[in-house]
Amino acid sequence: MSEKIIITENLVKRYPVGVGEFTALNNINLSFDKGEFAGVVGPSGSGKTTLLNIIGSLDSPTEGTAIVLGRNISKLSHKESAMLRNMHIGFIFQVYNLLPVYTVYENVEFALILQNKSETERKKRVMEALEWVGLEGMAQKKPSKLSGGEGQRVAIARAMVKRPELVLADEPTANLDAKNAHAIIQTMKDLNKELNTTFLFSTHDEKVMSYLDRIVHLEDGRVAKDEIIKSKYVSL
Amino acid sequence: MKIAFKLAYKNLMGAGLRTWLNAGVLSFSFVVIVFYNGLIDGWNQQARVDGVNWEYGNGHLLNNAYDAYDPFSIDEGHGILPKNQQENLTPIFIRQATIYPQGRMMSAQLKGIDAKQTVLKIPTQLLLLSKAEIPALIGKRMASSTNLKMGDEVLVRWRDKNGTYDAANVTIVGVFDTNVPSVDGGQIWIPIEKLWLMTGLKNHASLFVANEKYSYSSIPRWKFESQEFLLKELTKIINMKKTSGSIIYILLMAIGLLAIFDTQVLSVFRRQKEIGTYIALGMTRSQVVRLFTAEGSMYSIFAAVLAFIYGAPILWYLAKYGIGFPISGDTVGIIMADRMYPIFGLGLIIGTLLLVVISATIVSFLPARKIAKMNPVEALKGKIS
Repeated sequence: MSEKIIITENLVKRYPVGVGEFTALNNINLSFDKGEFAGVVGPSGSGKTTLLNIIGSLDSPTEGTAIVLGRNISKLSHKESAMLRNMHIGFIFQVYNLLPVYTVYENVEFALILQNKSETERKKRVMEALEWVGLEGMAQKKPSKLSGGEGQRVAIARAMVKRPELVLADEPTANLDAKNAHAIIQTMKDLNKELNTTFLFSTHDEKVMSYLDRIVHLEDGRVAKDEIIKSKYVSL
Repeated sequence: MKIAFKLAYKNLMGAGLRTWLNAGVLSFSFVVIVFYNGLIDGWNQQARVDGVNWEYGNGHLLNNAYDAYDPFSIDEGHGILPKNQQENLTPIFIRQATIYPQGRMMSAQLKGIDAKQTVLKIPTQLLLLSKAEIPALIGKRMASSTNLKMGDEVLVRWRDKNGTYDAANVTIVGVFDTNVPSVDGGQIWIPIEKLWLMTGLKNHASLFVANEKYSYSSIPRWKFESQEFLLKELTKIINMKKTSGSIIYILLMAIGLLAIFDTQVLSVFRRQKEIGTYIALGMTRSQVVRLFTAEGSMYSIFAAVLAFIYGAPILWYLAKYGIGFPISGDTVGIIMADRMYPIFGLGLIIGTLLLVVISATIVSFLPARKIAKMNPVEALKGKIS
């Protein structure tokens, strides 16, 4: 029996807008298994990012529950949320969010510093992560010297270096050209297979969708369709 | 906290020029504070040493009726102290007089002193060596204001014990150089025996200067003022100058700290995405607050390093060779050397360092507190205004 890594039950998220409220998520009931390579797709404003933020414990639901890696997100303290993200969840953002004053190596190393890993272990794991994304030769470069594709690869390495159970990728290919987008998504798919890490995307990029094994369609904050598909992924 | 400092160091080094501009401004305040306090401490120490050497000795035994700050007390403020109680004491007898240098009339104090004394640095041995009828010593300020020099004679008029005016020429046998205006300006030092003869007040003294062997026991009609007591006023005046001068460095500190505060406020808003990323990567909000506070504190550490690099050679030079002051003590009215040697003690440097570090930490913490209230989702979008 597969392990449920994410479970949402009657999940609702509302934001105050002026004197009223905007419902970003409305009664979401979903679950994701360990090792899934899944995506939440839908038009802008459909609630994709909100769902990922709640799953990543960056936000909390207004109603309902979100159980991530056995923890109820609503009941976590700031410290517990931080610990969950630090130890178990990797984030990949649309604009990479690399720390500009750090080198590639230091950006990837950051999560391990927070985990108080020894310098030897950090070095080993950072170089390993950079190898996964093919950037071992760019360790000492600053993010400003990288192309978009390279920047996103660093972000993947940073998310993967701590070997998280779950990686949340918010529109990871939105700023990339087609070639780079395919390469990035391929890299993530490889890591998914190799490390059995669960990947959950928010995207409206057809290129990303073609790699996914499961697509959850969101419309106006509701699940419109949840489909299991056969991806075009070919192991490299 | 170790992580906060490690990351803060990387962030500041990565920020480049902005970091060094802030640190530069703060380092200037640091150097000025150390310099100014060192100068005052040097002045204080120099003034205390000069005060003891030239005027106070180990304390003053004063006639009860004599008040050093009241010239009207000179006339009656004297008496005879039994010989057996004069051990380790040097008598000084003060009378009012008028002198007529080059036809001008000037008020002066005739001060009779035991010419064999060694407790004060006034070169009274010159009075012993002189063959003049009434040999006299004056200080360089007095020499300058009266246009008198060694070997000159000047007419002095005084009143004897009956209030009768008398006059005679005194011969200047020495001009001494002192930083203590109260033993120089308007003072003429002559042998006490001569003054006794001139006034008919044999064995009278207004005060006695004690040496270090003197131990006071209560004497009727005489009061003892210890060295510390006599120096208290001087220290008070110098410390008052320290306080008034602190306005300069408070302003300089304020400029330096304002630069840090401004940078931190800007950072909190401009680096929202970075803050959001830190939180997404697993830092707690309080860790991010600590990181930003540590960045602010680190400015002060960088400032101290900068201050050491360019300030240490300058301050060392000033401490070794002193600073010349065009105004002399007689215009300021307190003991002040023409060349002052600042003293930069370890306590002063560490105290200033702590002051700068603590102040910088506080001004960095204030804007950083906002981070604790930030919504990480909004921060990641960079939408907080």
